[in-house]
Amino acid sequence: MPVDPSLVGRVFPPTRPYAVTEEHVRSFVAAIGGAYDGGPAPATYPIVLAFEAMNAFLETEAIELHRIVHGEQRFSYERPVVPGDVLVATLTVSGLRQIAGNDIIGTTSEVTDETGALVCSTSATLVHRAADA
Amino acid sequence: MSLPTRTFTITRADLAAYAAASGDHNPIHQDETVARSVGLPGVIAHGMYTMALAARAVSEWFPGAEVVSLGCKFTNPVVVPAEGGVDIEVAGEAEAGDGVTTVRLTVTCAGQKVLGMPKAVVRA
Repeated sequence: MPVDPSLVGRVFPPTRPYAVTEEHVRSFVAAIGGAYDGGPAPATYPIVLAFEAMNAFLETEAIELHRIVHGEQRFSYERPVVPGDVLVATLTVSGLRQIAGNDIIGTTSEVTDETGALVCSTSATLVHRAADA
Repeated sequence: MSLPTRTFTITRADLAAYAAASGDHNPIHQDETVARSVGLPGVIAHGMYTMALAARAVSEWFPGAEVVSLGCKFTNPVVVPAEGGVDIEVAGEAEAGDGVTTVRLTVTCAGQKVLGMPKAVVRA
């Protein structure tokens, strides 16, 4: 079923505040084969927040995660994420088009800290694969 | 300036660890049957896993440098076999600009590009 076109421009509620811990950054770094020795989280770490925002969006719209393939991701940083940060992500649906029966969904998530300051803005293109693919 | 190419190996165990750490439990990164059911050639790495490896190479080339921006398209899936692993090569060309360095990356798996126009800008 195609995604509802009236979604474009909709802003979803912010995710629950997420407290970044050294332990979690260490597990994220270890998963990509690295060793964390303190300091800022890796550049792709804000995807943890953006992914939670995306999941909430998919659940609201009853879109099945396993039909989603990642098309594109861009991050623009105001500052690195560090342990101790308490972050939320706010997702906006920025675009929607159909190609070959697949929905191409554009989203932008703004990751902000406890003071409301922008930490990073990240945009994603999600390909929602047609049911008969 | 060409940067020294880095090679990383991805295994199914890495994908499980990454799913737990990132919260991305999409079964196409774990389950062969689900992956094939949506037309994929097999279990594929999270695009963000491959992107994280690209970012890791950048952080090794420019230790301690703040990343200003990072982006790519996911153009070809990285199929991760049930046994052993798959190698990802990350090559980079750095160009110094006004207070920042732009790193144009080439990320390949078995000679095929898997990321589209991956690029990082660092303050270095």
